[in-house]
Amino acid sequence: MELTQQAQTAEFFKRLNPNKLAQNRLDIFNQAKEALIKNGLPKLKEEEYKFTAITKTLDKAKVSLLPAEKFDISASLTRKEVIADLDADIIAFNNGVYDANLSSYSPSLNVNVEDGSTETASFKKHFGSYAKADKDAFIALNTVYAKEVVHIHLAKKEVLTKPVIFRYYQSNNQETSYPRVLITSEEFAEGAFIEQIISEEGSGYFINGLTEIYCAENTHLQYHKVQKQSKEAIEVNTLEVFQEKSSTFSSYLLSLQGGMLRNNLNITLNGSGGEANMNGLYLLNGQSHVDNHTSVDHREPHCNSNELYKGVLDDSSRGVFNGKIYVRRIAQKTNAFQQNNNILLSEDATINTKPQLEIWADDVKCSHGCTTGQLDEEALFYLQARGVGKVSARAMLLEAFAADVIANVSIDSLRNYMIDNIKERLGAHY
Amino acid sequence: MSKDDQILEDFTSREYEHGWTVDFEADEAPKGLNEDIIRFISAKKEEPEWMLEWRLKAYRAWLKMEEPEWANVNYPKVDFQDLKYYSAPKKKVNPKNLDEVDPELLKTFEKLGISLNEQKRLTGVAVDAVIDSVSVATTYKEKLGELGIIFCSFSEAVHNHPELIKKYMGSVVPATDNYYAALNSAVFSDGSFCYIPKGVRCPMELSTYFRINAANTGQFERTLIVAEDGAYVSYLEGCTAPMRDENQLHAAVVEIYAGAKAEVKYSTVQNWYPGDKNGKGGIYNFVTKRGICAGDHAKISWTQVETGSAVTWKYPSCILKGDYSIGEFYSVAVTNNYQQADTGTKMIHIGKNTKSRIVSKGISAGKSQNSYRGQVQVMKRATNARNFSQCDSLLMGNNCGAHTFPYIDINNSTAQVEHEATTSKIGEDQIFYCNQRGISTEDAVALIVNGYAKEVLNQLPMEFAVEAQKLLALTLEGSVG
Repeated sequence: MELTQQAQTAEFFKRLNPNKLAQNRLDIFNQAKEALIKNGLPKLKEEEYKFTAITKTLDKAKVSLLPAEKFDISASLTRKEVIADLDADIIAFNNGVYDANLSSYSPSLNVNVEDGSTETASFKKHFGSYAKADKDAFIALNTVYAKEVVHIHLAKKEVLTKPVIFRYYQSNNQETSYPRVLITSEEFAEGAFIEQIISEEGSGYFINGLTEIYCAENTHLQYHKVQKQSKEAIEVNTLEVFQEKSSTFSSYLLSLQGGMLRNNLNITLNGSGGEANMNGLYLLNGQSHVDNHTSVDHREPHCNSNELYKGVLDDSSRGVFNGKIYVRRIAQKTNAFQQNNNILLSEDATINTKPQLEIWADDVKCSHGCTTGQLDEEALFYLQARGVGKVSARAMLLEAFAADVIANVSIDSLRNYMIDNIKERLGAHY
Repeated sequence: MSKDDQILEDFTSREYEHGWTVDFEADEAPKGLNEDIIRFISAKKEEPEWMLEWRLKAYRAWLKMEEPEWANVNYPKVDFQDLKYYSAPKKKVNPKNLDEVDPELLKTFEKLGISLNEQKRLTGVAVDAVIDSVSVATTYKEKLGELGIIFCSFSEAVHNHPELIKKYMGSVVPATDNYYAALNSAVFSDGSFCYIPKGVRCPMELSTYFRINAANTGQFERTLIVAEDGAYVSYLEGCTAPMRDENQLHAAVVEIYAGAKAEVKYSTVQNWYPGDKNGKGGIYNFVTKRGICAGDHAKISWTQVETGSAVTWKYPSCILKGDYSIGEFYSVAVTNNYQQADTGTKMIHIGKNTKSRIVSKGISAGKSQNSYRGQVQVMKRATNARNFSQCDSLLMGNNCGAHTFPYIDINNSTAQVEHEATTSKIGEDQIFYCNQRGISTEDAVALIVNGYAKEVLNQLPMEFAVEAQKLLALTLEGSVG
């Protein structure tokens, strides 16, 4: 049976046991289930998944959408992709489920693993309030199958001294994992988060992660994600951010490898003076396919959003970019900027980009720019004329093109790790 | 602010100046759409068998299609069975010259400001006038004929030049291309046909004027322009319709074929009835326009000034098949009151070293929605393709919307594609600067808007540019945000 149909049958939901869920959680669960039965998975050519035939790819890889069981994580896997000199609180997931053994964090960090039977007040208020199941099939799927929710709460004026790193360990049996995280905050809190998916080379899996972030008034939060996965990995992840007055949120994404990766980033600016920064860099080779969908919803006046996504595409890789900016009627004095630049290095690489503006307010400054091209021949010649070999000159220019996306990452060890990876990919060792 | 509101109010209450009707007897088909109606239309036009077959094939394909809903427009659905698909002003013979044309008709065109006589004498523009989808008069035919140029109504061409029609009709926009193109292919009643032979430079601007007159009719005309190798033609199109409470459908097809080194310039000033200030009535303008640069070094240039229609759904496109071919799209789209426009272009780069340029200027006022939707596609084989796109939006008032949906799909690493878009309003400082120098606020707005749209207006032929500028000033004066 086709996956879409499979995901809509009663059989598919049989393994679920929602009985023990508290009322609020049960309502959200039921809404997600209904949305899934009604809409199914994205169909071929569906506008939001036009260039990323995710359902077909899952079908072809013979992935089971039922949630994977925990597996034995080898010591070598835990040592993989460890960021040098990074002092961080570690929260580990084993096939999408919280793993207490591999996690280690300071006792001051307020972490709750919610299985749904009981609910704290703040969990009840925020869980499922931002990621709506009827918006996207994969939000619905995650809401139905995520067993536990890791809830991190930052109290008023709490400033995290260390970043929090989420390490998602993945098995390799074409199974699906559904990690789910909720980050909430109170006024004036500050914190940084990092996300990594760790898998063995050559392992195939589907990871459907969902993270909701609530930024209270005057908070400063950052979220970083590095995608360096196995070449068979399929991923759809959603980051839903809800920002109150005068809050600042920045996201950094570095995509290096994966089979088919789809990143959804949705930000709602719900209070005046809010600022959202979105940075993304995709350096792809081989058959990698990375699809970045971002949307910023300006609901209140005096907010700023800056978006910078850049890509370097080699071999037969494919990049997809769709950036939406909505400016509502009352959101006057909005500044919204969006930039997407791409360099194609090979004949077989493809880029599909759609920078989209939807504006209903008149006193705003909004612009988007989008370019696709090659390295500047004259810049290359300039370097060669000064004795830099062609290969090095090329790498140098590519590095310069790419590096400014992550220049503002404030965690030194993470930035160095990112730069090392960029250099390695672009062959920039001189 | 209250003064601004007042000016805005004045402006939004402005009525459509072409909203009259003329009563002349018309030949009409009964309401509804089925194969019999298509046979009726075909019989009325005394068409050959192959033409009827072509229509029926399109109709059968249309039946299987679904109405497109992806455009960023909202409107009550068209009941295709409640329309009349054929309405022609009654006449006895094909007029050989203007003296034989129904004087009532000539009056109509005089009202429109297109005096056929005057055009003929003064400007040297050859005009083909189409009322309710039937071509009523074509001027200058003989003079053009000396050069081998064919410029006539579509039905005449079907009779007199079947080999050309057979060869080119549907070659750029296939009968089954999309929902409205298929509908048009099935029921089109007339249109213009223009053929420029090899190496001929058309000495005058060719022009078509469209007018919907009868109530409850749809207008479905078809234009086919063929420029053989090395030919050049500049083609103008204008349109108006009477004020009516119900919505009327206009679903046209324009096809352009450009051979090697040929150049076709197609300019449109679209001023269909946009509906009243409460959004009642108005034309649904669902048009398919496409050109193909079939030979090397060919060039097609679309220029459009869109001020009318309740709902516009229109994407003049270029298929750049020949190496070194060039496609251009210049557009000014103005929406006011409850108008909705979803317009843009498609540039398909197939040949090597092809170039395209897109300049789109949207202006929204009142409660209107204005969208740019465009696609730049560079195929794998299209090395050294070059595209530059710019789409700017200007918002007036706080109840309108401006939207941009550019699709950029690149399959070749040597392509250079740039896209930029901005959204802004007329700055208070700009108005103040003009006021200071004794220019009233209304004039200042007209001045700024004209400057904003100048890049596009400059592309229009002289007579059209004047008309377009007047139209812009009329539509927008006083609407200060």
